[in-house]
Amino acid sequence: MEVTTTQNGVDLELLKPVLAEYAKVSGSLITILQKTQAIYGYLPISALTEIAAATGVAPAKIMGVATFYTQFRLEPIGKYLIMVCQGTACHVNGSEKLAQALSDELGIQDGETSKDGLFTLKHVACLGCCSLAPAIMINDDVYGNLTGDKARKIVQDIAKKTKEAAK
Amino acid sequence: MKIRSFDDLKQYKKSLYGNKKTAKYTVLVGMATCGVASGANTTMTAFEETVNELGLKNVTLKRTGCIGYCFLEPIAEVIDEQGNSTIYTKVDKAKVAEIVSSHLQNGKPLTEGVIKPDMQRINLAEVKPIQKRQLRVALRNCGVIDPESLDDYIKYDGYMALAKCLFELTPNGVIEIIKRSGLRGRGGGGFSTGLKWSFVAKENAPVKNIICNADEGDPGAFMDRSILEGDPNSILEAMAIAGYATGAAHGYIYIRAEYPMAVKRLKIAIAQATEMGLLGDNIMGTDFSFDIQIKLGAGAFVCGEETALIHSIEGKRGEPKMKPPYPAKRGLWGEPTCVNNVETYANICPIIIKGDQWFNSMGTTKSPGTKVFALAGKINNVGLVEVPMGITLREMIYDVGGGIVDGKAFKAIQTGGPSGGVIPYTMLDTPIEYDSLVAMGSMMGSGGMIVMDEDDCMVNIAKFYLEFSVEESCGRCTPCRIGNKRLFEILEKITNGNGTMDDIRKLKELGRVIKDTALCGLGQTSPNPVLSTLHFFEDEYIAHVVDRTCPAKTCSSLIRYFIMPDKCIGCTLCARVCPVSCIDGERKALHSIRQHECIKCGACMDACKSNAIVKR
Repeated sequence: MEVTTTQNGVDLELLKPVLAEYAKVSGSLITILQKTQAIYGYLPISALTEIAAATGVAPAKIMGVATFYTQFRLEPIGKYLIMVCQGTACHVNGSEKLAQALSDELGIQDGETSKDGLFTLKHVACLGCCSLAPAIMINDDVYGNLTGDKARKIVQDIAKKTKEAAK
Repeated sequence: MKIRSFDDLKQYKKSLYGNKKTAKYTVLVGMATCGVASGANTTMTAFEETVNELGLKNVTLKRTGCIGYCFLEPIAEVIDEQGNSTIYTKVDKAKVAEIVSSHLQNGKPLTEGVIKPDMQRINLAEVKPIQKRQLRVALRNCGVIDPESLDDYIKYDGYMALAKCLFELTPNGVIEIIKRSGLRGRGGGGFSTGLKWSFVAKENAPVKNIICNADEGDPGAFMDRSILEGDPNSILEAMAIAGYATGAAHGYIYIRAEYPMAVKRLKIAIAQATEMGLLGDNIMGTDFSFDIQIKLGAGAFVCGEETALIHSIEGKRGEPKMKPPYPAKRGLWGEPTCVNNVETYANICPIIIKGDQWFNSMGTTKSPGTKVFALAGKINNVGLVEVPMGITLREMIYDVGGGIVDGKAFKAIQTGGPSGGVIPYTMLDTPIEYDSLVAMGSMMGSGGMIVMDEDDCMVNIAKFYLEFSVEESCGRCTPCRIGNKRLFEILEKITNGNGTMDDIRKLKELGRVIKDTALCGLGQTSPNPVLSTLHFFEDEYIAHVVDRTCPAKTCSSLIRYFIMPDKCIGCTLCARVCPVSCIDGERKALHSIRQHECIKCGACMDACKSNAIVKR
């Protein structure tokens, strides 16, 4: 797998408390990776190297785990992660059109991040909110019973709010 | 305080009732994920503000879990002193004001937007005859108690089952009760829970483990999430009972990271129970100790398989391994391990308190008890229902589920997610239980039920599930990694209108080979969606390859959009929304679609206000 990202400016100091707590606890590799991702928003290669050194787990093994689970990312993501549910209930209720509307609105495809760095679009397996189908989850919030237009409005509102807050 | 004996617990429960006079009205707001996404936070805030503003002293506000009527969220229930309940639906800010002024201030319940569910909840302390169609055993506390309050759980006989085990039953006695109850694993296969526990108990090992599988990955199932969000303590208590019965001291809850609210409530519950001495060292003053850790999944469907799940807890890639040895012999860290799913645990406390005979008086002989189903898709009453096993599909869809959306024709129901299959409209009177579903080529799975109507193409549905299986295959065994990919490609070819009769033959053959040769349960069942749709709807497959048509008009390569000359009013709406500008026509004149440029997105059909656009 080719990893192309500039990972300058990764502050490995931030990782130290996590490693101090978990490095010697067996079976905690996934927990460490989750905490690492919570710090940086993704898994920088330099951090993975650091984890390998601290835990004694081979770098190849760590890479194996990091690429196995869909939660882990080796690239930075936008401020808002939009997860578009691809579950069955959403599928029969039009998630395809919904995903298309979001792609059109943001100008990005599944797995990509918008140019302004605000949004990352990701198609995911069932979110378990089938009663709200079709549904999306933005960071930790679920939005349901969507149409293409409603979804467009939601991301427009978020973009507007974020930009106003930045002023 | 810490609970140090059975009497302590009973006393404490009593004190919870004795302390303060109950308010005249209790208002419950359903605040599980579905409720919150539909605006329950606003509803709760509105109640708080209004009640404070008016200085109402006789009202208690309480947050609670899912009541099951997800399509009517946000839901608020008002219970008066006599225990009369009024359930209000779609409660927005304006409705809150109405409820407060009419019901809470003047004692006049509103009559509009109110539901009376055909549902009965079991009460741990007493036995009542079954009178309603829905019977809540696993969901008994969801929508009743405050999931973030241990006191509230104890008020409803929480931790009484654990106390009964610790003070009145031997570990073997507990296992015997569970065995006799006939409880079968609610996560998929339907293995006897009591037998599983007895295997772990038999092992002679210094350390054993209890795992709760909350990696609910089946698309279309959300009952485990609802139980964890609505009644987290019942799972902790049942895990401790399993620990006592099997001789294990450590519990792990493996839960999807996609369920942040459930994780939060579990953490609160573990902290509160440990503080009270109901978990941790020397539970209730006995020499039994049991701790519980939460392990967050990292997003892999295959981790619902128990050996893969165990690898994931160990921090490895979540790949399954050959069985035997089963986890009961060599599981987590090579130690005997008992893995059960959330809903299975949710049944344990009622069985302990009310007895095995009570439990197997419900449901059918081979599948006793109740089952929670997640109804979704093209059905009116989308939500969670719990019914005795053996209910027929017809009752499920038309009585409990309220029928098909827009009165369309019911075509099939999908159960068991990517491991299951479809049950067609011809089998409406088949009872739903583990064995009848398997006989039909499907399976219970975790209980997701996706209802499909005449507009859903069975080939497309099979393709949808195969796409899921291809994406989620862990890649360890060849039949699943490569075989499913080939199945998917053939299905794609058929839905694109390039299939042949030979492709249909290949689907059947390859499907059977994967079933026989894949490594884990998920791989072995992954061709089920194809095989079962082929079995019941082969005519639809044949229509795709011979007639080159999609009877349900779903597969875009096989359909065309037309504008009906008699209905088109020339409003130009369709031409304006067409993303590829392939619709011609002057204002107030008939429009037409340039077929070879059309991408069949359907935008024109959605936009047309005079229903002039049809697909064929």
